[in-house]
Amino acid sequence: MEREVIYLEDVTIRFAGDSGDGMQLTGSRFSDTSAFIGTDVSTFPDYPSEIRAPEGTLYGVSAYQIHFGSKGVYTPGDQIDVLVAMNPASLKVNLPYLRKRGILIVNTANFTEKNLKLAKYETNPLEDGSLKDYQLFKINFNEIVNELLRDSGLSPKQIERTKNIFALGLAYWLFDLPLSTTEDWIRKKFGKRPQIVEANLKVLRAGYEYGETNELFAVRYKIVPKKLEPGVYRNITGNEAVALALVVAANKAKLPLFLGSYPITPASEILHFISSYKPYGVLHMQMEDEIGGITSSIGAAYGGALAATSTSGPGLSLKVEALGLAVILELPLIVVDVQRAGPSTGMPTKMEQADLFLAMFGRHGEAPLPVLAASTPTDCFDMTLEAARIALKYMTPVILLTDGYLGQSSEEWKIPDFNSIPEIPVNFYTQPDYLPYKRDPITLARYWAIPGTPGLEHRIGGLEKEDITGIVSHDPLNHQRMVELRAEKIRRVQQDVPDAELWGYENADLLIIGWGSTYGSIKAAFDRLIEKGYKLAYVHLKYLNPFPKNLGSIIEKFDKILVPENNLGQLAFILQGTFMKPVIRYHKIQGRIFLSSEIENKILEVLKSK
Amino acid sequence: MTTLVENLIKNKPITTIEYSPKDFKSPLEVRWCSGCGSYSILAQIQKILAGLKIPREQFAFISGIGCSSRFPYYVQTYGIHGIHGRAVAIASGLKVARPDLSVWVVTGDGDCMAIGGNHLIHAARKNVGLKVLMFNNEIYSLTKGQVSPTTQLLQPTKSTPYGNIEYPFNPASLALGSGATFVARTFDRDPKHMQSILERAARHNGFAFVEIYTNCVIYNDGAFDLYTAAETRKEHSVMLEHGKPLIFGSNNDKGIRLDGFTPTVVSLTDGKWSVDDLLVHDETDSTLAFILANMTYNPNVPRPFGIFLAVQKPSYEELVVKQIEDAKAKTPDTSIETLLKGEDFWEIK
Repeated sequence: MEREVIYLEDVTIRFAGDSGDGMQLTGSRFSDTSAFIGTDVSTFPDYPSEIRAPEGTLYGVSAYQIHFGSKGVYTPGDQIDVLVAMNPASLKVNLPYLRKRGILIVNTANFTEKNLKLAKYETNPLEDGSLKDYQLFKINFNEIVNELLRDSGLSPKQIERTKNIFALGLAYWLFDLPLSTTEDWIRKKFGKRPQIVEANLKVLRAGYEYGETNELFAVRYKIVPKKLEPGVYRNITGNEAVALALVVAANKAKLPLFLGSYPITPASEILHFISSYKPYGVLHMQMEDEIGGITSSIGAAYGGALAATSTSGPGLSLKVEALGLAVILELPLIVVDVQRAGPSTGMPTKMEQADLFLAMFGRHGEAPLPVLAASTPTDCFDMTLEAARIALKYMTPVILLTDGYLGQSSEEWKIPDFNSIPEIPVNFYTQPDYLPYKRDPITLARYWAIPGTPGLEHRIGGLEKEDITGIVSHDPLNHQRMVELRAEKIRRVQQDVPDAELWGYENADLLIIGWGSTYGSIKAAFDRLIEKGYKLAYVHLKYLNPFPKNLGSIIEKFDKILVPENNLGQLAFILQGTFMKPVIRYHKIQGRIFLSSEIENKILEVLKSK
Repeated sequence: MTTLVENLIKNKPITTIEYSPKDFKSPLEVRWCSGCGSYSILAQIQKILAGLKIPREQFAFISGIGCSSRFPYYVQTYGIHGIHGRAVAIASGLKVARPDLSVWVVTGDGDCMAIGGNHLIHAARKNVGLKVLMFNNEIYSLTKGQVSPTTQLLQPTKSTPYGNIEYPFNPASLALGSGATFVARTFDRDPKHMQSILERAARHNGFAFVEIYTNCVIYNDGAFDLYTAAETRKEHSVMLEHGKPLIFGSNNDKGIRLDGFTPTVVSLTDGKWSVDDLLVHDETDSTLAFILANMTYNPNVPRPFGIFLAVQKPSYEELVVKQIEDAKAKTPDTSIETLLKGEDFWEIK
């Protein structure tokens, strides 16, 4: 039948179900397909801390949101345009995010009395008229796949598990997306089990055909693909981008890569990816604890490796003492903190930006170190390379802050040309005149001599050491000199920090300063308001210590400065302390990123205020 | 890609391997208390290092915090004086990054078995190729005399003025239980014995744990006298030697016989038992190692010294190298470009 086709610039779809329903898989397949046709993609996997929370419960709901389109795709989307809900609990949890008149596709099979009760519904929402504001499509997925696969030889349980693939097929039809990338994936994934391959292909196509033939759907949508630059693309999460960049950095520095780590949500994938890179000669140790993770890395760095440790907040707390050791040893080390909601165990699977103070100041004694922050999943790649470059050039530990959202969300990534990534120059010291704490006059980095170099045997340690010689020293004046030298060295990192870029108007009414993963929400809001004619300026910081050289002169120009953060104002505090200029704080601490509409409203509110 | 580290190892000039102990003396003045047992250990280490025929630049000594942990400053090798309890973890990273090095850990009973206990047991379990020398003085000395994990029951200390109510660790049993492939005990007063043990540890491939009874003259003087002083030692200690029966006593007149699994003291002079009835030490027998280590705090038998266990197992770092080689061999394309692309990529022309 002929249907109306509506062309859209961007759309947000969310697949939601039980944590065992395969929603993460469904979502990631959908996002690969949408990226494949050439749209911008931003995803948000939202899942509970429990591995398989009790079926049907509200807290066991797992969801995957995909925002794709040709314009304004900076975040996974404020509101959902299409919600696919596999059971009552997932409907209840996610309905508040579905826009009015949005499309709601519901698997009716799971709307049993028991499930309704588990989801705390008094009456069945599919029948009581409470969903009248949405375009509701009631489909019994289970019945359809049972019918389709009755003679497939699969067990009832295996058949039931294909229902998410049916939903995927239907979603592809709805947005006129090709089945081919998912078909290829099914063949590759289940290649050794032809029965499963056949069943999934059949169900996928059936989902697509269901849309085509069923008169329920009067409208189809088409996303206008974006004109992407030529090149090779893939989807990538922030955690994978960090892992890949570590391998690239080691290669560019001609050093072995060593990762010492300990499992922790949401950083564990970095460990998983690195441990899968054995064919590339990567060294890793899963240590007995977080402290072992960082201290093994310090040992490896002493031995001449590019050493890194990956963690999240609670782990960074445990690594604090060893970070001080790395500061005084002056060895290169990369610490990646995939921040999560704290304090303590907090909300392990939810994002937050509240480790900035810890990264900046969380060490006893004067122990400054460079702090960087990635702003998007693909920026995690670039900023990891930056962390390595700074760590090696200045012989210092560097903390790279990402967060649970950046780590697990994905976006399409134009794969960089490996050969055009600059080398990271490293020279081990081999001359016989070695003095462990003699410094390069420009960077103040000490020289790196590694075990195995004849005649350069030397000891370094956590005790204060004499300037130049490195011999243990408790001399008062020497201590002050060493403290100042270590601080000055980190200040000099600024030589390698690119100037902050100012977007918008130099003479704007308001300057917005963001850092980390707030980038997407701020940029989307900023673009919309600029388009509407507002005079705004925006600086997004990726270098938090030291700040870019020009930041002070930018800040000076503005009377109103807004700093949105997923913490109670940590960057705002540091900016005020550094530049003696009041800023307006704006925080959200809900384990979720800002909606761009929240930022937009705040900007408008600040503009109106005196 | 050949790394800079590989280049350095490959292109290194051939260095002398003929050393005297003084080649391993650092210019730094040793600052332990006069009479401290650590002096003897330092001297024995410098002696055996000189004789190992390993280039000096290949040694690294890693320590934590405590009196013993000042050790790296006093040997002219590479080294890190780390933070409390973490020496074994620092050393593990170094050894995995640099399997070509001879990596030693110098630690004390507090550093190794209290704050650092977790690292110790896991490095032992993984069989990381470290030589861990635990200077056991049964007290926290650098912090001035608090109870340690090896302090004896009821002993008064600064932090147990009414007596210690904690049961002490038996370090040899702990190391064995953790899977160490080399476990030995020696003491500061017998240079020859210590040298022989250290030399074996140095040559061991895998995790070597050596407990060294080290007298603290200030806070726990004489703690080991019963087992180490010339006048009492023969009656209260037994030296383990591979393939030899366990004989002890002032006139070598007693021995250890296994009664079931229980070591018991028998007289060799009363006509009831002869040398042939005695337990013969086998350092490759892990069951026996547990029985012998368990004699440690048993008041009815002498305290054992020597090598409890020495067995061969592939070390962690060897397995790391092998795993990488195998993975490389199975992967047709190990270029970084391919890694960056991943499995699902597409091209826009």
